[in-house]
Amino acid sequence: MLSVANLSCVRGERRLFSGLAFDLAAGEWLHVQGENGAGKTTLLRALVGLSHPDQGEIRWHNQPIGELAEDYRRELLYLGHHGAVKEELTPLENLSLAASLDGRRLDDREALAALHRFGLKGREELPVRFLSAGQKRRVLLARLVTRNAVLWVLDEPFTALDVKAVDMLSALIAEHVSGGGMVILTSHQAMPIAGGKAVKL
Amino acid sequence: MSAFLTVIRRDLLLAMRRKNEMLTALFFFVIVVSLFPLGIGPEPQLLKKVAPGVLWVAALLASMLSLNRLFATDYADGTLEQLTLSASPLGLLVAGKIAAHWLTSGLPLVLLAPVLGLQFDLGGEALAVLVAALLLGTPLLSLIGAIGAALTLGVRGGGVLLSLLVLPLYIPALIFGAGAVEAHVAGLAFAGHLSLLAALLVLAMFFAPWATTAALRIALE
Repeated sequence: MLSVANLSCVRGERRLFSGLAFDLAAGEWLHVQGENGAGKTTLLRALVGLSHPDQGEIRWHNQPIGELAEDYRRELLYLGHHGAVKEELTPLENLSLAASLDGRRLDDREALAALHRFGLKGREELPVRFLSAGQKRRVLLARLVTRNAVLWVLDEPFTALDVKAVDMLSALIAEHVSGGGMVILTSHQAMPIAGGKAVKL
Repeated sequence: MSAFLTVIRRDLLLAMRRKNEMLTALFFFVIVVSLFPLGIGPEPQLLKKVAPGVLWVAALLASMLSLNRLFATDYADGTLEQLTLSASPLGLLVAGKIAAHWLTSGLPLVLLAPVLGLQFDLGGEALAVLVAALLLGTPLLSLIGAIGAALTLGVRGGGVLLSLLVLPLYIPALIFGAGAVEAHVAGLAFAGHLSLLAALLVLAMFFAPWATTAALRIALE
């Protein structure tokens, strides 16, 4: 369970938000809403521990995330704005290297199944450089399947995806939430998934 | 430990896919070292005297060339962010990246140095001392350089700043590394130089990954 109390973030001279508080239990998901520049990405980066909030505390199972360090990160998956895949490597290499960096052994069959699920059949051995923006995004999203994380933090996961991929990702998120997972995401679209909370910045 | 080896494997794989970057630094080393005998002329005594310094300075500059890409490409495509969020300790992953940097930029210099040393009329034993000194010294360059690369990450014009920051820190490695070969050529004991170089290396192995990790966290914030 993730709980946030009295959180405030400052970017440069500007206070983005303050006094932010919410709880997220297993089987719930949170939609972070706000205009461009409202601080959605800043909030998400603070939640995963990439940046430090100005004030307030973020706790995971009642312990501050700073103290948990690797124990928190093991249960977490953050997908940001960046491609976060290596252009020179193939989708298959990207997935299996990412998994073994987490100390997990990913066999090829599992990795291929994840890539096929995201419609990358026939592109497994092609360097990511040759893929389109949407396909690169799909390579990154395949990590949702291969990494067994409890908490997904997704920053604009629907950008560059076509209609079919958007539907598939929504279904994947709904499946994760109904299976007791947690999802925090930013999106400008309405999300047709049950059990949702919303935070407006 | 497996994460450490995975990072090495990953960076070696990336280096193999981008061979030109690795080869540029190597050719730079070969050309700079070869220009000196051509410029100074065929005077064996003089060449023998300048050889250690020339080889070491060229090695410093060549290893500088690949430094700013050590973290910059991972930073630009967001994979560095993912590394810091992986379930393995970041210090271990950083140590792996530094090791991979040495394997791709330091080790080739060590292997090439004896061949290039022949141009300076260095004897067999002097070449062996040169290789030993470089073997201890080039990892030190990667370790110190990594701190600088992490500190200048995301800074505009970081390349020049990186040289200004790192080259002064390379001075001890240069003095003891070149000093060992000079001492041997002059017929003096050289073991002391190598011991000091090894001591510096051990010190850097303990502190550099830690300092680099701290600098990376600041850069990513």
